[in-house]
Amino acid sequence: MRKLLLYFVLGAVGIVMLYPMLWLVGASFKSNDEIFTTIWFMPKSFDTHVYKNAWDTVTPYTMGHYFINTFLIIIPKTVFAVLSSVIVAYGFARFDFPLKKFFSALLICGMLMPSIVTVLPLYRMWSCLGLLDTYIPLTLPSLFACEGMFVFILIQFLKRVPKEFDEAARMDGCGTLRTLFLVLIPCIRPAVISIAVFTFLWTMNDFLSPLIMIQSVEKYPLSLALRLSVDSTGQGYEQRKIIAMSVIGLIPSVAVFALAQKKFISGITAGGLSE
Amino acid sequence: MRSRIYRNPVGVSKFTGLVLILPFIIGAVLFIIYPFVYSFTVGLTDNNGGMSFENYRNILSDSSSRQAFGVTLKYTLILVPLKLAVSLLVALLLNCELKGIGIFRTAFYIPSILGSNLAVIIMWQYLFTSDGLVNQLLSTMGIAPVGWYGDPDAALFIIVLLRLWEFGSTMVIFLAALRDMPKELYDAAKVDGCGNIRTFFSITLPQLKRIIFINLILQTIAAMQEFNAPYMITGGGPLGNTRTIGMYIYEEMFRYGDEGTANAVSWLLFVIIGLIVMLLYKFTEKLRRD
Repeated sequence: MRKLLLYFVLGAVGIVMLYPMLWLVGASFKSNDEIFTTIWFMPKSFDTHVYKNAWDTVTPYTMGHYFINTFLIIIPKTVFAVLSSVIVAYGFARFDFPLKKFFSALLICGMLMPSIVTVLPLYRMWSCLGLLDTYIPLTLPSLFACEGMFVFILIQFLKRVPKEFDEAARMDGCGTLRTLFLVLIPCIRPAVISIAVFTFLWTMNDFLSPLIMIQSVEKYPLSLALRLSVDSTGQGYEQRKIIAMSVIGLIPSVAVFALAQKKFISGITAGGLSE
Repeated sequence: MRSRIYRNPVGVSKFTGLVLILPFIIGAVLFIIYPFVYSFTVGLTDNNGGMSFENYRNILSDSSSRQAFGVTLKYTLILVPLKLAVSLLVALLLNCELKGIGIFRTAFYIPSILGSNLAVIIMWQYLFTSDGLVNQLLSTMGIAPVGWYGDPDAALFIIVLLRLWEFGSTMVIFLAALRDMPKELYDAAKVDGCGNIRTFFSITLPQLKRIIFINLILQTIAAMQEFNAPYMITGGGPLGNTRTIGMYIYEEMFRYGDEGTANAVSWLLFVIIGLIVMLLYKFTEKLRRD
Protein backbone atom coordinates (compact mmCIF):
# COMPACT_ATOMS: atom_id res chain seq x y z
CA MET A 1 0.00 0.00 0.00
CA ARG A 2 2.75 2.45 0.97
CA LYS A 3 4.71 1.40 -2.06
CA LEU A 4 1.72 2.10 -4.27
CA LEU A 5 1.34 5.56 -2.78
CA LEU A 6 5.03 6.25 -3.37
CA TYR A 7 4.75 5.17 -6.99
CA PHE A 8 1.73 7.42 -7.39
CA VAL A 9 3.51 10.47 -5.98
CA LEU A 10 6.67 9.81 -8.01
CA GLY A 11 4.60 9.26 -11.13
CA ALA A 12 2.76 12.55 -10.63
CA VAL A 13 6.03 14.45 -10.19
CA GLY A 14 7.43 12.63 -13.21
CA ILE A 15 4.55 13.82 -15.37
CA VAL A 16 5.10 17.43 -14.33
CA MET A 17 8.81 17.06 -15.09
CA LEU A 18 8.52 15.47 -18.50
CA TYR A 19 5.18 16.60 -19.90
CA PRO A 20 6.39 20.02 -21.10
CA MET A 21 9.06 18.28 -23.17
CA LEU A 22 6.59 15.77 -24.62
CA TRP A 23 4.29 18.66 -25.40
CA LEU A 24 7.10 20.46 -27.20
CA VAL A 25 7.79 17.49 -29.46
CA GLY A 26 4.07 16.92 -30.09
CA ALA A 27 3.37 20.59 -30.74
CA SER A 28 5.95 20.70 -33.51
CA PHE A 29 3.71 18.39 -35.57
CA LYS A 30 0.45 20.14 -34.77
CA SER A 31 -1.37 22.87 -36.62
CA ASN A 32 -1.45 26.23 -34.86
CA ASP A 33 -5.10 25.76 -33.95
CA GLU A 34 -4.36 22.46 -32.37
CA ILE A 35 -1.46 23.82 -30.31
CA PHE A 36 -3.67 26.31 -28.57
CA THR A 37 -6.82 24.25 -28.15
CA THR A 38 -5.76 20.83 -26.84
CA ILE A 39 -3.74 19.90 -23.82
CA TRP A 40 -2.97 16.39 -25.02
CA PHE A 41 0.51 16.24 -26.49
CA MET A 42 -0.22 13.74 -29.29
CA PRO A 43 -0.89 15.53 -32.57
CA LYS A 44 -3.93 14.40 -34.63
CA SER A 45 -1.70 13.91 -37.63
CA PHE A 46 2.04 14.11 -38.14
CA ASP A 47 2.82 16.99 -40.43
CA THR A 48 6.56 16.61 -40.94
CA HIS A 49 6.79 19.34 -43.52
CA VAL A 50 7.50 21.86 -40.79
CA TYR A 51 10.81 20.18 -40.03
CA LYS A 52 12.06 20.78 -43.55
CA ASN A 53 11.14 24.43 -43.02
CA ALA A 54 12.72 24.56 -39.63
CA TRP A 55 15.98 23.14 -40.96
CA ASP A 56 16.17 26.04 -43.41
CA THR A 57 15.62 28.53 -40.54
CA VAL A 58 14.64 32.16 -41.10
CA THR A 59 18.25 33.15 -41.69
CA PRO A 60 20.40 32.65 -44.83
CA TYR A 61 21.95 29.55 -43.19
CA THR A 62 20.55 26.12 -42.40
CA MET A 63 20.51 24.54 -38.98
CA GLY A 64 23.37 22.33 -40.15
CA HIS A 65 25.52 25.44 -40.42
CA TYR A 66 24.71 26.43 -36.83
CA PHE A 67 25.35 22.89 -35.64
CA ILE A 68 28.83 23.03 -37.15
CA ASN A 69 29.47 26.40 -35.50
CA THR A 70 28.34 25.03 -32.17
CA PHE A 71 30.63 22.02 -32.45
CA LEU A 72 33.54 24.25 -33.46
CA ILE A 73 33.11 25.81 -30.03
CA ILE A 74 32.22 22.70 -28.05
CA ILE A 75 34.91 20.28 -29.19
CA PRO A 76 37.98 22.40 -28.37
CA LYS A 77 36.32 23.66 -25.22
CA THR A 78 35.62 20.16 -23.92
CA VAL A 79 39.14 18.94 -24.69
CA PHE A 80 40.70 22.04 -23.10
CA ALA A 81 38.50 21.89 -19.99
CA VAL A 82 39.14 18.21 -19.33
CA LEU A 83 42.92 18.43 -19.87
CA SER A 84 43.50 21.55 -17.82
CA SER A 85 41.18 20.56 -14.96
CA VAL A 86 42.78 17.12 -14.65
CA ILE A 87 46.33 18.48 -14.57
CA VAL A 88 45.53 21.23 -12.07
CA ALA A 89 43.54 18.87 -9.84
CA TYR A 90 46.50 16.46 -9.92
CA GLY A 91 48.79 19.25 -8.71
CA PHE A 92 46.46 20.10 -5.86
CA ALA A 93 45.65 16.54 -4.84
CA ARG A 94 49.10 14.97 -4.95
CA PHE A 95 51.76 17.61 -4.39
CA ASP A 96 52.83 20.04 -1.75
CA PHE A 97 54.10 23.41 -2.91
CA PRO A 98 54.62 26.99 -1.74
CA LEU A 99 51.46 29.07 -1.27
CA LYS A 100 49.25 26.00 -1.61
CA LYS A 101 46.74 27.32 0.93
CA PHE A 102 46.50 30.63 -0.89
CA PHE A 103 45.85 28.97 -4.25
CA SER A 104 43.26 26.62 -2.76
CA ALA A 105 41.44 29.65 -1.40
CA LEU A 106 41.67 31.32 -4.80
CA LEU A 107 40.13 28.22 -6.37
CA ILE A 108 37.12 28.50 -4.07
CA CYS A 109 36.87 32.27 -4.65
CA GLY A 110 36.74 31.59 -8.37
CA MET A 111 33.86 29.20 -7.84
CA LEU A 112 31.92 31.83 -5.93
CA MET A 113 32.66 34.61 -8.41
CA PRO A 114 29.51 35.48 -10.36
CA SER A 115 30.28 35.32 -14.07
CA ILE A 116 28.19 38.42 -14.72
CA VAL A 117 30.82 40.45 -12.83
CA THR A 118 33.72 39.31 -14.99
CA VAL A 119 31.97 39.31 -18.34
CA LEU A 120 32.18 43.06 -19.04
CA PRO A 121 35.94 43.42 -18.42
CA LEU A 122 36.54 40.27 -20.47
CA TYR A 123 34.50 41.73 -23.31
CA ARG A 124 36.76 44.82 -23.22
CA MET A 125 39.87 42.67 -23.08
CA TRP A 126 38.92 40.58 -26.11
CA SER A 127 37.85 43.65 -28.03
CA CYS A 128 41.23 45.33 -27.37
CA LEU A 129 42.94 42.20 -28.63
CA GLY A 130 40.75 42.32 -31.74
CA LEU A 131 39.41 38.86 -31.03
CA LEU A 132 35.70 39.63 -30.76
CA ASP A 133 33.53 37.76 -33.22
CA THR A 134 35.91 34.78 -33.14
CA TYR A 135 35.54 31.61 -31.09
CA ILE A 136 38.70 32.33 -29.10
CA PRO A 137 36.95 34.21 -26.25
CA LEU A 138 34.58 31.25 -25.90
CA THR A 139 37.12 28.42 -26.05
CA LEU A 140 40.52 29.65 -24.91
CA PRO A 141 39.63 30.35 -21.25
CA SER A 142 38.90 26.63 -20.81
CA LEU A 143 42.61 25.95 -21.30
CA PHE A 144 43.22 27.56 -17.91
CA ALA A 145 41.05 25.41 -15.65
CA CYS A 146 38.59 28.25 -15.14
CA GLU A 147 35.76 26.02 -13.98
CA GLY A 148 36.67 25.71 -10.31
CA MET A 149 33.88 23.21 -9.74
CA PHE A 150 35.50 20.70 -12.11
CA VAL A 151 38.89 20.96 -10.44
CA PHE A 152 37.20 20.58 -7.10
CA ILE A 153 35.32 17.41 -8.12
CA LEU A 154 38.49 15.89 -9.60
CA ILE A 155 40.49 16.63 -6.45
CA GLN A 156 37.90 14.74 -4.40
CA PHE A 157 38.10 11.76 -6.73
CA LEU A 158 41.92 11.76 -6.89
CA LYS A 159 42.16 11.78 -3.10
CA ARG A 160 40.31 8.49 -3.02
CA VAL A 161 42.90 6.76 -5.20
CA PRO A 162 45.54 5.18 -2.88
CA LYS A 163 48.95 6.88 -3.00
CA GLU A 164 50.55 3.45 -3.39
CA PHE A 165 49.43 3.54 -7.02
CA ASP A 166 51.63 6.58 -7.67
CA GLU A 167 54.56 5.02 -5.86
CA ALA A 168 54.29 1.79 -7.82
CA ALA A 169 54.19 3.75 -11.07
CA ARG A 170 57.20 5.77 -10.02
CA MET A 171 59.15 2.59 -9.23
CA ASP A 172 58.35 1.34 -12.68
CA GLY A 173 59.94 4.48 -14.05
CA CYS A 174 56.88 6.62 -14.81
CA GLY A 175 57.43 10.36 -14.60
CA THR A 176 54.98 12.79 -13.06
CA LEU A 177 52.77 13.22 -16.10
CA ARG A 178 52.91 9.60 -17.19
CA THR A 179 51.73 8.58 -13.73
CA LEU A 180 48.75 10.85 -14.15
CA PHE A 181 47.77 9.73 -17.61
CA LEU A 182 48.57 6.02 -17.38
CA VAL A 183 47.64 5.26 -13.78
CA LEU A 184 45.42 7.89 -12.20
CA ILE A 185 43.09 8.94 -15.01
CA PRO A 186 41.88 5.38 -15.64
CA CYS A 187 40.99 5.22 -11.93
CA ILE A 188 38.83 8.33 -12.03
CA ARG A 189 37.20 7.77 -15.41
CA PRO A 190 33.61 8.43 -14.24
CA ALA A 191 34.61 11.87 -12.97
CA VAL A 192 36.47 12.71 -16.17
CA ILE A 193 33.47 11.67 -18.26
CA SER A 194 31.15 13.73 -16.06
CA ILE A 195 33.27 16.79 -16.65
CA ALA A 196 33.32 16.28 -20.40
CA VAL A 197 29.54 15.81 -20.46
CA PHE A 198 28.95 18.83 -18.25
CA THR A 199 31.14 20.99 -20.48
CA PHE A 200 29.22 19.79 -23.51
CA LEU A 201 25.79 20.43 -21.99
CA TRP A 202 26.71 23.78 -20.45
CA THR A 203 28.19 24.99 -23.72
CA MET A 204 25.05 23.92 -25.57
CA ASN A 205 23.09 25.98 -23.03
CA ASP A 206 25.46 28.93 -22.92
CA PHE A 207 23.79 32.07 -24.11
CA LEU A 208 25.29 35.15 -22.48
CA SER A 209 28.89 34.75 -23.66
CA PRO A 210 28.13 34.10 -27.34
CA LEU A 211 25.53 36.87 -27.20
CA ILE A 212 28.24 39.30 -26.16
CA MET A 213 31.25 37.95 -28.05
CA ILE A 214 29.81 36.89 -31.43
CA GLN A 215 28.32 39.51 -33.71
CA SER A 216 27.99 38.10 -37.21
CA VAL A 217 25.09 35.77 -37.92
CA GLU A 218 27.38 33.57 -39.98
CA LYS A 219 29.26 32.60 -36.82
CA TYR A 220 26.25 32.21 -34.54
CA PRO A 221 25.97 29.04 -32.46
CA LEU A 222 22.58 27.35 -32.16
CA SER A 223 21.38 29.31 -29.15
CA LEU A 224 21.83 32.67 -30.87
CA ALA A 225 20.28 31.37 -34.09
CA LEU A 226 17.22 30.34 -32.10
CA ARG A 227 16.96 33.74 -30.48
CA LEU A 228 17.29 35.44 -33.83
CA SER A 229 14.44 33.34 -35.19
CA VAL A 230 12.22 34.21 -32.24
CA ASP A 231 12.97 37.90 -32.66
CA SER A 232 12.39 38.00 -36.37
CA THR A 233 9.12 36.09 -36.50
CA GLY A 234 5.80 37.13 -35.14
CA GLN A 235 2.88 34.96 -34.23
CA GLY A 236 1.20 32.52 -36.58
CA TYR A 237 2.64 29.76 -38.68
CA GLU A 238 6.21 30.62 -37.72
CA GLN A 239 5.63 29.59 -34.13
CA ARG A 240 5.50 25.94 -35.16
CA LYS A 241 8.71 26.43 -37.04
CA ILE A 242 10.43 27.75 -33.94
CA ILE A 243 9.09 24.86 -31.90
CA ALA A 244 10.47 22.45 -34.50
CA MET A 245 13.81 24.29 -34.47
CA SER A 246 13.88 23.97 -30.69
CA VAL A 247 13.28 20.23 -30.92
CA ILE A 248 16.12 19.83 -33.42
CA GLY A 249 18.34 22.01 -31.27
CA LEU A 250 17.80 19.80 -28.24
CA ILE A 251 18.80 16.58 -30.01
CA PRO A 252 22.59 16.78 -29.34
CA SER A 253 22.11 17.41 -25.62
CA VAL A 254 19.58 14.61 -25.28
CA ALA A 255 21.79 12.24 -27.26
CA VAL A 256 24.91 12.96 -25.22
CA PHE A 257 23.00 12.65 -21.98
CA ALA A 258 21.45 9.36 -23.06
CA LEU A 259 24.80 7.92 -24.14
CA ALA A 260 26.71 8.97 -21.05
CA GLN A 261 23.82 8.76 -18.62
CA LYS A 262 24.96 5.81 -16.54
CA LYS A 263 28.56 6.88 -16.08
CA PHE A 264 27.60 10.51 -15.82
CA ILE A 265 25.13 10.14 -12.96
CA SER A 266 27.43 7.75 -11.12
CA GLY A 267 30.19 10.32 -11.57
CA ILE A 268 28.26 13.02 -9.78
CA THR A 269 26.53 10.87 -7.21
CA ALA A 270 29.67 8.96 -6.26
CA GLY A 271 30.27 11.76 -3.86
CA GLY A 272 32.32 14.26 -5.77
CA LEU A 273 30.36 16.98 -4.07
CA SER A 274 29.36 15.32 -0.87
CA GLU A 275 32.81 15.61 0.67
CA MET B 1 60.84 33.10 8.11
CA ARG B 2 60.98 29.50 9.16
CA SER B 3 61.46 27.24 6.22
CA ARG B 4 58.62 24.86 5.60
CA ILE B 5 58.98 21.18 4.92
CA TYR B 6 57.25 20.06 1.75
CA ARG B 7 55.88 16.58 1.93
CA ASN B 8 56.42 15.25 -1.53
CA PRO B 9 57.57 11.88 -2.86
CA VAL B 10 61.35 11.40 -2.99
CA GLY B 11 62.91 13.20 -5.90
CA VAL B 12 59.98 15.55 -6.46
CA SER B 13 60.77 19.23 -6.12
CA LYS B 14 58.50 21.61 -4.26
CA PHE B 15 57.90 23.36 -7.56
CA THR B 16 56.43 20.37 -9.39
CA GLY B 17 52.99 21.10 -7.93
CA LEU B 18 53.28 24.76 -8.85
CA VAL B 19 54.13 23.89 -12.43
CA LEU B 20 51.10 21.59 -12.62
CA ILE B 21 48.72 24.24 -11.36
CA LEU B 22 50.31 26.90 -13.58
CA PRO B 23 47.33 26.92 -15.97
CA PHE B 24 45.08 27.75 -13.04
CA ILE B 25 47.39 30.51 -11.82
CA ILE B 26 47.45 32.15 -15.26
CA GLY B 27 43.69 31.65 -15.59
CA ALA B 28 43.01 33.16 -12.19
CA VAL B 29 45.05 36.26 -13.04
CA LEU B 30 43.53 36.71 -16.51
CA PHE B 31 39.94 35.72 -15.86
CA ILE B 32 39.32 36.43 -12.18
CA ILE B 33 41.75 38.98 -10.72
CA TYR B 34 42.19 41.21 -13.75
CA PRO B 35 38.44 41.56 -14.53
CA PHE B 36 37.78 42.15 -10.87
CA VAL B 37 40.25 45.02 -10.59
CA TYR B 38 39.32 46.39 -13.98
CA SER B 39 35.61 46.66 -13.31
CA PHE B 40 36.40 48.30 -9.98
CA THR B 41 38.44 51.06 -11.61
CA VAL B 42 36.00 51.56 -14.48
CA GLY B 43 33.18 51.81 -11.96
CA LEU B 44 35.05 54.57 -10.18
CA THR B 45 35.78 56.56 -13.32
CA ASP B 46 33.39 59.40 -14.09
CA ASN B 47 32.52 60.87 -17.47
CA ASN B 48 35.50 63.22 -17.44
CA GLY B 49 37.94 60.43 -16.71
CA GLY B 50 38.47 61.42 -13.07
CA MET B 51 38.04 59.24 -10.03
CA SER B 52 34.76 59.67 -8.22
CA PHE B 53 31.80 57.89 -6.79
CA GLU B 54 29.56 59.47 -9.41
CA ASN B 55 28.51 56.15 -10.93
CA TYR B 56 27.62 54.73 -7.56
CA ARG B 57 25.68 57.85 -6.64
CA ASN B 58 23.77 57.61 -9.90
CA ILE B 59 22.91 53.98 -9.29
CA LEU B 60 21.58 54.67 -5.83
CA SER B 61 19.44 57.57 -6.98
CA ASP B 62 18.19 55.84 -10.15
CA SER B 63 14.82 54.19 -9.64
CA SER B 64 15.30 51.53 -12.33
CA SER B 65 18.50 50.20 -10.77
CA ARG B 66 16.90 50.13 -7.36
CA GLN B 67 13.98 48.27 -8.90
CA ALA B 68 16.41 45.77 -10.45
CA PHE B 69 18.07 45.11 -7.10
CA GLY B 70 14.63 44.71 -5.51
CA VAL B 71 13.45 42.28 -8.20
CA THR B 72 16.61 40.19 -7.91
CA LEU B 73 16.36 40.00 -4.14
CA LYS B 74 12.68 39.06 -4.25
CA TYR B 75 13.32 36.44 -6.91
CA THR B 76 16.18 34.92 -4.89
CA LEU B 77 14.18 34.90 -1.67
CA ILE B 78 11.26 33.09 -3.34
CA LEU B 79 13.22 30.67 -5.48
CA VAL B 80 16.06 29.43 -3.29
CA PRO B 81 14.08 28.17 -0.26
CA LEU B 82 11.45 26.61 -2.54
CA LYS B 83 14.05 24.87 -4.66
CA LEU B 84 15.99 23.51 -1.67
CA ALA B 85 12.79 22.24 -0.02
CA VAL B 86 11.52 20.54 -3.17
CA SER B 87 14.86 18.95 -4.01
CA LEU B 88 15.35 17.65 -0.48
CA LEU B 89 11.81 16.25 -0.37
CA VAL B 90 12.18 14.50 -3.72
CA ALA B 91 15.64 13.22 -2.78
CA LEU B 92 14.10 11.64 0.34
CA LEU B 93 11.42 9.98 -1.79
CA LEU B 94 14.01 8.70 -4.25
CA ASN B 95 16.30 7.37 -1.54
CA CYS B 96 14.61 4.01 -1.26
CA GLU B 97 14.91 0.57 -2.72
CA LEU B 98 12.06 0.36 -5.16
CA LYS B 99 11.78 -1.30 -8.51
CA GLY B 100 12.36 1.14 -11.35
CA ILE B 101 13.54 3.94 -9.06
CA GLY B 102 16.42 4.62 -11.44
CA ILE B 103 13.98 5.69 -14.13
CA PHE B 104 12.48 8.30 -11.82
CA ARG B 105 15.93 9.55 -10.84
CA THR B 106 16.81 10.10 -14.48
CA ALA B 107 13.44 11.64 -15.31
CA PHE B 108 13.68 14.15 -12.50
CA TYR B 109 17.22 15.01 -13.45
CA ILE B 110 16.66 15.71 -17.15
CA PRO B 111 15.03 19.17 -16.84
CA SER B 112 18.00 20.46 -14.88
CA ILE B 113 20.43 19.77 -17.69
CA LEU B 114 18.19 20.85 -20.56
CA GLY B 115 16.37 23.61 -18.70
CA SER B 116 18.90 26.32 -19.42
CA ASN B 117 18.97 25.46 -23.09
CA LEU B 118 17.50 28.29 -25.06
CA ALA B 119 15.11 25.89 -26.78
CA VAL B 120 13.55 24.98 -23.45
CA ILE B 121 13.39 28.61 -22.37
CA ILE B 122 11.49 29.42 -25.57
CA MET B 123 9.17 26.50 -24.86
CA TRP B 124 8.56 27.86 -21.38
CA GLN B 125 7.57 31.19 -22.89
CA TYR B 126 4.97 29.48 -25.10
CA LEU B 127 3.58 27.48 -22.16
CA PHE B 128 2.46 30.67 -20.42
CA THR B 129 0.94 32.64 -23.30
CA SER B 130 -2.71 33.66 -22.96
CA ASP B 131 -3.91 30.52 -24.76
CA GLY B 132 -0.86 28.42 -23.84
CA LEU B 133 -0.81 25.02 -22.20
CA VAL B 134 -0.89 26.30 -18.62
CA ASN B 135 -3.96 28.46 -19.13
CA GLN B 136 -5.68 25.65 -21.04
CA LEU B 137 -4.97 23.37 -18.11
CA LEU B 138 -6.33 25.92 -15.65
CA SER B 139 -9.52 26.36 -17.63
CA THR B 140 -10.19 22.60 -17.77
CA MET B 141 -9.92 22.67 -13.98
CA GLY B 142 -12.42 25.52 -13.93
CA ILE B 143 -9.93 28.20 -13.00
CA ALA B 144 -9.98 31.50 -14.88
CA PRO B 145 -6.96 31.95 -17.17
CA VAL B 146 -4.16 34.13 -15.85
CA GLY B 147 -2.61 37.00 -17.79
CA TRP B 148 0.87 35.77 -16.94
CA TYR B 149 2.84 38.45 -18.75
CA GLY B 150 0.72 41.39 -17.64
CA ASP B 151 0.92 40.85 -13.92
CA PRO B 152 4.23 41.69 -12.16
CA ASP B 153 4.06 38.84 -9.66
CA ALA B 154 2.79 36.26 -12.16
CA ALA B 155 5.54 37.20 -14.63
CA LEU B 156 8.23 36.73 -11.99
CA PHE B 157 6.58 33.47 -11.02
CA ILE B 158 7.00 32.11 -14.57
CA ILE B 159 10.76 32.39 -14.12
CA VAL B 160 10.65 31.00 -10.59
CA LEU B 161 8.71 28.00 -11.94
CA LEU B 162 11.24 27.40 -14.72
CA ARG B 163 14.15 27.34 -12.29
CA LEU B 164 12.17 25.30 -9.77
CA TRP B 165 11.44 22.77 -12.49
CA GLU B 166 15.23 22.37 -12.77
CA PHE B 167 15.61 21.18 -9.19
CA GLY B 168 17.40 18.01 -10.40
CA SER B 169 20.96 19.28 -10.01
CA THR B 170 20.38 20.20 -6.36
CA MET B 171 18.46 16.98 -5.77
CA VAL B 172 21.33 14.82 -7.05
CA ILE B 173 23.69 16.39 -4.51
CA PHE B 174 21.21 15.68 -1.69
CA LEU B 175 20.68 12.15 -2.94
CA ALA B 176 24.42 11.44 -2.95
CA ALA B 177 24.67 12.69 0.64
CA LEU B 178 21.67 10.60 1.72
CA ARG B 179 23.20 7.48 0.26
CA ASP B 180 26.49 8.10 2.07
CA MET B 181 24.76 8.16 5.45
CA PRO B 182 25.57 5.31 7.80
CA LYS B 183 22.75 2.75 7.90
CA GLU B 184 23.43 1.97 11.59
CA LEU B 185 22.01 5.32 12.65
CA TYR B 186 18.67 4.49 11.07
CA ASP B 187 18.60 1.01 12.54
CA ALA B 188 19.27 2.50 15.96
CA ALA B 189 16.46 5.00 15.49
CA LYS B 190 14.10 2.21 14.53
CA VAL B 191 15.02 0.22 17.63
CA ASP B 192 14.38 3.29 19.74
CA GLY B 193 10.93 3.53 18.20
CA CYS B 194 11.41 6.75 16.24
CA GLY B 195 8.74 7.54 13.70
CA ASN B 196 9.59 8.66 10.17
CA ILE B 197 9.18 12.32 10.95
CA ARG B 198 11.25 12.17 14.10
CA THR B 199 13.97 10.20 12.34
CA PHE B 200 14.09 12.90 9.67
CA PHE B 201 14.42 15.77 12.12
CA SER B 202 16.77 14.18 14.60
CA ILE B 203 18.96 12.08 12.30
CA THR B 204 18.71 12.96 8.62
CA LEU B 205 18.56 16.74 8.87
CA PRO B 206 21.52 17.18 11.24
CA GLN B 207 23.62 14.95 8.97
CA LEU B 208 22.72 17.04 5.95
CA LYS B 209 23.63 20.45 7.41
CA ARG B 210 26.83 20.90 5.42
CA ILE B 211 25.24 19.85 2.16
CA ILE B 212 22.25 22.11 2.70
CA PHE B 213 24.67 24.97 3.27
CA ILE B 214 26.62 24.23 0.08
CA ASN B 215 23.42 24.03 -1.96
CA LEU B 216 22.15 27.22 -0.36
CA ILE B 217 25.28 29.13 -1.36
CA LEU B 218 25.43 27.73 -4.91
CA GLN B 219 21.74 28.38 -5.56
CA THR B 220 21.86 31.89 -4.09
CA ILE B 221 24.77 32.87 -6.32
CA ALA B 222 23.04 31.39 -9.36
CA ALA B 223 19.76 33.17 -8.60
CA MET B 224 21.41 36.55 -7.96
CA GLN B 225 22.87 36.58 -11.48
CA GLU B 226 19.82 35.32 -13.38
CA PHE B 227 19.88 36.62 -16.93
CA ASN B 228 18.80 34.15 -19.64
CA ALA B 229 15.26 33.45 -18.49
CA PRO B 230 14.00 37.01 -17.92
CA TYR B 231 15.85 38.20 -21.02
CA MET B 232 14.13 35.63 -23.26
CA ILE B 233 10.81 35.01 -21.53
CA THR B 234 9.55 38.32 -20.18
CA GLY B 235 12.08 40.79 -21.59
CA GLY B 236 12.12 42.30 -18.11
CA GLY B 237 8.47 43.29 -18.31
CA PRO B 238 5.87 44.25 -17.28
CA LEU B 239 7.35 47.67 -16.51
CA GLY B 240 10.70 46.31 -15.36
CA ASN B 241 9.14 44.04 -12.77
CA THR B 242 11.22 41.06 -13.88
CA ARG B 243 14.32 42.98 -14.90
CA THR B 244 17.05 41.36 -12.82
CA ILE B 245 20.44 42.86 -12.06
CA GLY B 246 21.95 40.63 -14.73
CA MET B 247 19.62 42.13 -17.33
CA TYR B 248 20.20 45.63 -16.01
CA ILE B 249 23.98 45.28 -16.38
CA TYR B 250 23.60 43.88 -19.89
CA GLU B 251 21.28 46.68 -20.98
CA GLU B 252 23.40 49.46 -19.47
CA MET B 253 26.46 48.11 -21.25
CA PHE B 254 25.18 47.00 -24.62
CA ARG B 255 22.00 48.99 -25.16
CA TYR B 256 22.90 52.33 -23.59
CA GLY B 257 26.69 52.01 -23.82
CA ASP B 258 27.15 53.20 -20.26
CA GLU B 259 30.22 51.20 -19.32
CA GLY B 260 30.86 53.03 -16.05
CA THR B 261 27.42 52.33 -14.64
CA ALA B 262 27.42 48.73 -15.90
CA ASN B 263 30.74 47.99 -14.20
CA ALA B 264 29.76 49.80 -11.02
CA VAL B 265 26.54 47.76 -10.80
CA SER B 266 28.34 44.50 -11.44
CA TRP B 267 30.80 45.36 -8.71
CA LEU B 268 27.98 46.23 -6.36
CA LEU B 269 26.39 42.88 -7.19
CA PHE B 270 29.66 41.13 -6.37
CA VAL B 271 29.88 42.90 -3.01
CA ILE B 272 26.26 42.07 -2.22
CA ILE B 273 26.75 38.40 -3.09
CA GLY B 274 29.92 38.35 -1.00
CA LEU B 275 28.07 39.89 1.94
CA ILE B 276 25.19 37.44 1.63
CA VAL B 277 27.57 34.47 1.51
CA MET B 278 29.45 35.78 4.54
CA LEU B 279 26.24 36.44 6.46
CA LEU B 280 24.92 32.98 5.62
CA TYR B 281 28.22 31.51 6.72
CA LYS B 282 28.21 33.37 10.04
CA PHE B 283 24.53 32.83 10.60
CA THR B 284 24.69 29.09 10.05
CA GLU B 285 28.02 28.54 11.77
CA LYS B 286 26.47 27.48 15.05
CA LEU B 287 23.80 25.43 13.32
CA ARG B 288 26.35 23.59 11.25
CA ARG B 289 28.68 22.82 14.14
CA ASP B 290 26.43 21.08 16.63
